[in-house]
Order: sequence, then C-alpha cells, then structure tokens
Amino acid sequence: MSDIIKQSLSELVENIKGKKLSSSEVTKAFVERSEKSKELNAYITEDYANALNKAKKFDEKSNLDLKLPGIPMAVKDLFCTRDLRTTAGSKILNNFVPTYESTVTQNIWNEGAILMGKLNCDEFAMGSSNETSFFGNVQNPIDKNLVPGGSSGGSSSAVAAQLTPITIGTDTGGSIRQPASFTGTVGLKPTYGSCSRYGIVAFASSLDQAGPMAQNVKDCALLQEVISTYDEKDSTSIDFKRNEYSKELTKNIKGKKIGIPKEYRVDGMPKEIEDLWKKGIEYAKDCGAEIIDISLPHTNYALPTYYIVAPAEASSNLARYDGVKYGFRAEGENLIDMYEKTRSEGFGAEVQRRIMIGTYVLSSGYYDAYYLKAQKVRKLIKNDFDDAYKKVDAILTPSTPSSAFKIGEKTNDPVSMYLNDIFTVPVNLAGLPGISIPAGHDAKGYPLGLQIIGKAFDEQNILNIAYAMEEKINFKNNITDWWIK
Amino acid sequence: MSKNKSEYLINRHDNQYEVVIGLEVHAQVTSESKLFSTSATKFGAEPNTQVSLVDAAFPGMLPVINEYCVKQAIKTGIGLKAKINNRSVFDRKNYFYADLPQGYQISQFKDPIVGEGKVILDMPDGQKEVGIERLHLEQDAGKSIHDLDPKNTFVDLNRSGVALMEIVSKPDLRSPDEVNAYIKKLRSIMRYLGTCDGNMQEGSLRADVNVSVRKKGSKDFGTRCEIKNVNSIKFMQMAIEYEANRQVDLIEDGQTIDQETRLFDIKKNETRSMRSKEDAHDYRYFPDPDLLPLEVSDDFIEKLKSEIPELPDEKKKRFIEKFKLSPYEANILVSDIETSNYFENVIKKSDVKLATNWIIGELFAALNEKNLEISESPISAGNLSKLINLIKDGTISGKIAKTVFEQMMEGDKDPKKIVEEKGLKQESDPKALEALIDKVIDDNRDKATEYKLGKVKLFSFFVGQVMKVSGGKANPQLVNEILKKKL
Repeated sequence: MSDIIKQSLSELVENIKGKKLSSSEVTKAFVERSEKSKELNAYITEDYANALNKAKKFDEKSNLDLKLPGIPMAVKDLFCTRDLRTTAGSKILNNFVPTYESTVTQNIWNEGAILMGKLNCDEFAMGSSNETSFFGNVQNPIDKNLVPGGSSGGSSSAVAAQLTPITIGTDTGGSIRQPASFTGTVGLKPTYGSCSRYGIVAFASSLDQAGPMAQNVKDCALLQEVISTYDEKDSTSIDFKRNEYSKELTKNIKGKKIGIPKEYRVDGMPKEIEDLWKKGIEYAKDCGAEIIDISLPHTNYALPTYYIVAPAEASSNLARYDGVKYGFRAEGENLIDMYEKTRSEGFGAEVQRRIMIGTYVLSSGYYDAYYLKAQKVRKLIKNDFDDAYKKVDAILTPSTPSSAFKIGEKTNDPVSMYLNDIFTVPVNLAGLPGISIPAGHDAKGYPLGLQIIGKAFDEQNILNIAYAMEEKINFKNNITDWWIK
Repeated sequence: MSKNKSEYLINRHDNQYEVVIGLEVHAQVTSESKLFSTSATKFGAEPNTQVSLVDAAFPGMLPVINEYCVKQAIKTGIGLKAKINNRSVFDRKNYFYADLPQGYQISQFKDPIVGEGKVILDMPDGQKEVGIERLHLEQDAGKSIHDLDPKNTFVDLNRSGVALMEIVSKPDLRSPDEVNAYIKKLRSIMRYLGTCDGNMQEGSLRADVNVSVRKKGSKDFGTRCEIKNVNSIKFMQMAIEYEANRQVDLIEDGQTIDQETRLFDIKKNETRSMRSKEDAHDYRYFPDPDLLPLEVSDDFIEKLKSEIPELPDEKKKRFIEKFKLSPYEANILVSDIETSNYFENVIKKSDVKLATNWIIGELFAALNEKNLEISESPISAGNLSKLINLIKDGTISGKIAKTVFEQMMEGDKDPKKIVEEKGLKQESDPKALEALIDKVIDDNRDKATEYKLGKVKLFSFFVGQVMKVSGGKANPQLVNEILKKKL
C-alpha cells in the first residue's frame, strides 16, 4: 500500500484493527519516509531498527483491542524514553540515556504504539522556531528555509511531512499550538494537570504541558484520550473525570457560546490575520455557535508576565545540569570552574539568556518587583478568563500573529521572536486548554491557524468545536515533498 | 540559689556583658523513607545505595511529599506547644554544590508548617521558658568527601533528600548551660514523640548557633555571628564561649562586629570567618512549582494530637504529684523516655521510694561505669523490681542487696536465685538470732559487764559482732531488739 503515509491515525488504526494492514507494513512505510526526509532534520535520534523489530513482534502476537495497535510514532525529544537517548535539544544532554520512561510516553506504548525516534526541538523547549536546538534547525515541509515553529518544531514538521502518523509535543507558552499553526496541523495544549509531567525534561514547571499534535482533530482527540491520566508521581497532576475524547467527539456545537476577546486585536496585526479571524467567526456561526464579544483586560501584560515566570522557573529547573552527575562535563580547575565551563559550553545562547533573566528576577531586591508582581498579574489574567467563562463556553482567537517566518529572520531579535507567543501564553498562564487548527493560508500560501481556548478540564468542548469548524474550513495543506530527491 | 549566682556574664575591665544566643536546630525526621522520594534512610549504608532518580535529580523527576514526614513535623510542633499552620509552602533555596543534585534545596521559607511555640528548661535556679520561632521541613543535602583522594571529591547521596526539621529558637538563651539544657530538652521531647532519634554522633541532630553580646542591662541586641553546623553540645558550648569572648574583646577594643557566618574549629577551639554578610548567598527563594501548597485540616491535626504520648513536662508533674518524687528526682527520671519507661516498669510491682533511689543511685552509677544506655541495662526492670521487693520484705538487707546487684549487673539474673544460690537470705528467725547473740555475749563477757556498768557506746560493738558472725545476714532490726533485751 503506497498510500499508507497519507492515512490519518484513525484510518491506520482502523486498517490495522481490520487486519487490512500490519504494524510492520505501516512502520516500514513511515520509517522509509523518515529516512528519505533527512533534509528536514526533524529527528535527533532515530530508532528505526528497533521500531521495525517491535512491529514484527506486535504482528506475531497482536492485541487489536488496544487504542494504538502497532502504530509507529516519533516523539519530541523532551520526553524521557527508557534506553533511548534523550537530549532536550541540548549539548548538555547529548549523551544522556534515561533508565526510565515518562508517564505520557508509557501511556502511549501501553496502548500498543511503537517508538520510531526522538524529534528535534528548541533547546530545553526554549524557542519559537526550532533554531535554538543544538542539533540544528528544522525545515518546515511547507517551504524550504521556513521555520516549522517551536519549540515542538521537529514534531510539527514530522506530522506535516507525514514522517509519523501523529506525535506529542510540549507547550509552555505556545510550543504545540504555534508550530501546529505554522505547519497546517492540529495541536492541543491540555489543561494544566491533565497530562503528567513525570519524565518530561522540565522547562517551566507551572506552565509545561504535554499534548498531541496531529493531522486532524479526531486523531488529536484519540491521542489525548491515551496520554491524559492522573499520575501520583506528579504532585500537580489532577484527578478529574477524563472523557473518552474520540468516542464522545461530536460536530454538534449548536448554541455553544463563543467569545471574541477585543484585546487580541493587537497593534500592527497583519490584515490577513484579522481576516482569518473574521472568517473563523463566520465558520463558527455556520456551525450554529453564538458569537459574543468579551474582554480579557489584562491580555497586554501576559507576555511580560510569561517572560518573568517561565525564565524564573527555568533558571532553577536547569540548575541540575551541572556536569556532576550525568550529561556533558567540561573539565575545570576546580568545582566552580567546572560548573562555569560546563554550563557555558553545554547550554546555547537562548537558554543562557533565559537562565540569566530568571536568576535576575528572583534575586534579592528584585524579587518583589518582578517575580512577585508577575505572580499577581498571572492571577489577574486567570480571573479575566474566569469572568469570561461566566458568559461563554469557549474563546476564539488567532493562534499566532503571523504565518511561519524564514530561518534566521528573527534569530537576532529575541523580543520579536517572543512576540510570536502573544496569543498563546495567556492560556498557559491561566492553565487552560487550547487547540490550534489550520484555518487558511496567507498571501504566500503559508498556513494560518485559529485557536480555541476552553474552560479548565473542558477539552471535550474545544475538541468538538474544532471538529465542527474543521469540516467547514476544509483546509488542505499544500506540501510538495520538495525535500525528497 | 539566687538568680544572680548562675547568671553567665563576661567581665572586662568595668563592664559586664550578657551573651544572647539563638539556635537553629536541624533534626532528622525519623522516617523509613525520604521527604520527597521512596528511598531508604538507614544510617551507615554503603555510599550511594539509598538514592532514587528523584534524589539524584535526573531530568524530568518530580518530588512527591511523604505524608509520614509531615505527620512527624506536626507532632513535633504539638510537642513544642506550637501553632500548626493549616497551609504551608515549599520553596526552593537555590545554590550550586556538588552534593546538592537539584541545584536547589526544597525547604519552607515564608510559610513554615509550624509557627511559634515554647520549650521549658529546668535550670538549677528555676524554670526558664525559651520561645520557638518556627519549625519547617526541608531536604538534607548529600555528603562531599574530600579526603579519600588527593585530586577528587567523592559524593555520597544517601543523605540527599532525607527529611529534616529546622527548629528555630528565639534569641532567648543566655549561657552555654542553657544551650545544653535546651538541646537536651528538645531531644527529649522528640524522642518521646518518636520524631527524631536525637543521635548527634550520626548527625541526626546538629545546630547553627547565633551568638551576640551586649552590655548587661541593655535592651538592644548586638550584631550577631552565626556559627554553622555544630554537632555536639560540648562543641556548641565551647564555640559560644570562644565567640562571646571574641566579640567582647572587639567591643572593648573599640571595634565593631561584622555580621558573618563562622565555622568552629574543634582542634584549635576557635571560630573562624567563613563568609561575610556581603558574600552571603542570594538563595533566590521562590515557591517550588513542582509542589502544591501543603494543606492540613484541623481534623488531621486533632487526630495527631490524640496520638501524642505524655511528654516530659506532664510526666514530671505526674511523678511529683502521684509518686511524691522531688522535682530533682522527677527531672532525672523523665529526661529520657527510656529512663521513665524503665522507672514505671520497676514501680509496677515495687516500692516507689526504693526504686527511685536504686535507679538514680546504683543503676545510673553502674551503667555509667560500663558506658551503657539504660536501654542496654543488663538488669531488666522486672528483676530490679524483684530485688527491691526482697529488700522491702526483709529477705535481704540493703547491704546484701548491693552484692546481689553487682552480680545482676554481670547478666540479667533473677535476684531471688542469686540470694538462694549464695545463701544470702537475711536471718530473721528470732530463735536463731538469740542463739547467735547469746554466743557473742558469752564470748565477750567483760565487754557485756562494761556495758551494763554504763558504757553504752559498746552497743554498736555487739551489733557489729553479731553481723560479723552471721556473715552479714542477720536482720539488723531484730538484732537491735534482741540485743537490748539480752544485755
């Protein structure tokens, strides 16, 4: 079957369950496609031989009752995978092989999926273009020299280019939704506490969430159903009733109230984004939703708040990479010298920048003015959403203020890079679920995404809205396989 | 004793200085597993054999609070008559060191689990109350070993993540003796509660000592120095004496005292500057985002209160009231849970007064000589009780009892058997004694005559002779009675 790679996850699952396809056939197809796609640089570590072996074993004794029977999958290299190198896109973990498995990936393997390899990402998930990775930038399959977004850039590139039927990313300030938007794919950032953080290399603990990245909403719902579990090993995991998201998925969103926040009409927003948003509103209306204007008054402060809270936590989370226990070590004259050399050589520029920002905002004398104030503003941002959700069921915004940009275009301008997260960070600060779905193209033909933000634990509702709108939008990704010689 | 007599003051020229001391005690929580991981906490295990992925701070590892340690901290708070906070927060204290794998210590900074409390000290001139500022939970660090290799430092992470309670006193202590009494009392309370074994040799109890001096009568505190990580009471006392005198000398010399952290050098018996206030670490405390605030309900606290055993202060009161012990005796007997348990076991079936004397006197002296704890006593409470009953019912004299006691110390032997085997039973048969006494009088006719003529002092001579002839076994009371009649 030559069209295996073109099938969605749901189709592949159906075909394997119906014994029309074997896991080996499917795995082989994606491995071959991945091998032909090295130019995208989507993978950091390939594990193809093992994957093919596992597929063969699965076929010998297949359990077709599982949710992901024999499905091959590559995952972001921020998830620790037992016996397979896990780098977080950093030189400092270049040689690190975990002896343990993250809860999220374990959930996936428990449902029968097979690991193909580890996908590229910004170093420690810090970036919006996948250019901070120690393992080089990733090409967007939409166009050569276009960034795939970040930090889950390897993941978005791999799903869009069909190197993996589906994948998982992590989202601290937009790292699933922005790359999904840049590559014409679907990405869900679940409610904080929905997916366990155990075994995920930490960036900013109070914001990090794992989530699915897929070609369509239904696939996304299926993977969310698998990865979202309560986990005692993560003290911030929340024990709430989780839906069978894919089974309960419905396009009937009649009467759902969808809020349009006026503060998201930011200065200098390109007209094509404004137009996309308007189109989105019309699609939502077509689906039977009711549109309500709302206000999220503290939106303006979200980005600076995020760039205080996230680096503060990161500066502390990354202190463990000191050359003492594991990972890269540069020899030094003494302990301090070893620390300095290890961390100067082991971390890239963006990570060092954020460690310095984080260290600064937590310093005595600055803590109240920055970190403490940011925490207060964070509460106000959350209150904004709480107030809004008294009136509406979900909120519709653009995913990003622009389409994908060129590689190198923003690398010397961190602030302009940070501005990419302007529509996504408030969602992380408030701990809410948000999904980005492809909704159109800009003048250059690059994909653009719309974001649907839900109430906490209301993933089902935003998946339903996305599912209904997806049908109306009928988005087609325009990928020419330019990288395959 | 007058109050002034025990006042600890440093005299220089015409000035008298008072010493102000506050302690930050680090007490290891008695618990099978660590504060945020399931690793074991046994002392003396092979290096790096009690280390989990969490303790070694592997990527993606997360802390999960150990409920037992929380209960232990709350119980300790109750024992310190302190306020238990329904909500407390774990913070990260950030600094780099090779034996601190996370690059931060999880501690409680702004919102500790236990607030203000107090400890009562029994000093020679009366009771003294020492305020407790707070108690918080935190992780211990690992251990750096610098002397195993000329070039490398070795790190043992067995201790990394072990739960500690930091108990901060108010600056209420005024002398090395008070510090001694305070540490002993804290230790006693925690051992009663089973929340810390108080073993200073194994590092289960150590303290940072804050010392300042001020002219007697002054209300303002002087600049303090903190002496880090002192692990014996004796060293604390030596360090305080040295440090207080150093500070007085500086003041007398017209110099000022720098607020700084100092180390106590045991060999040289002096404190040395470790770092000044300017060099103090900026620990960048902030709430640990991996952990939610710790919430404990009033019901949870009440339930723990109901599990609290009788503590030394209450026990002392009961001993004085119920058993008519002197405060001195009660203090000694309640100071350690093992001692008070032993005492209460002995008096279950024997006389309180005799038991008190024998435990505080003979037993303590004998244990001391053999360098044994009461828990290691060769004489069980049951057997000591039997010995006391043998004295009480006249089977043996107090003097013979000491001989029996000595034999018992050689192994937990039943005193009745010793008495029987060695024929040490007291002779209380009047007829047998009369025969004995008749013989003694007969053998000393001349002295008997002298006695009758008025030399009454000779009575004790006859008592002595009778005892000698009986091999010490004659009942002294009966001997007295019969002798008086016969002479």
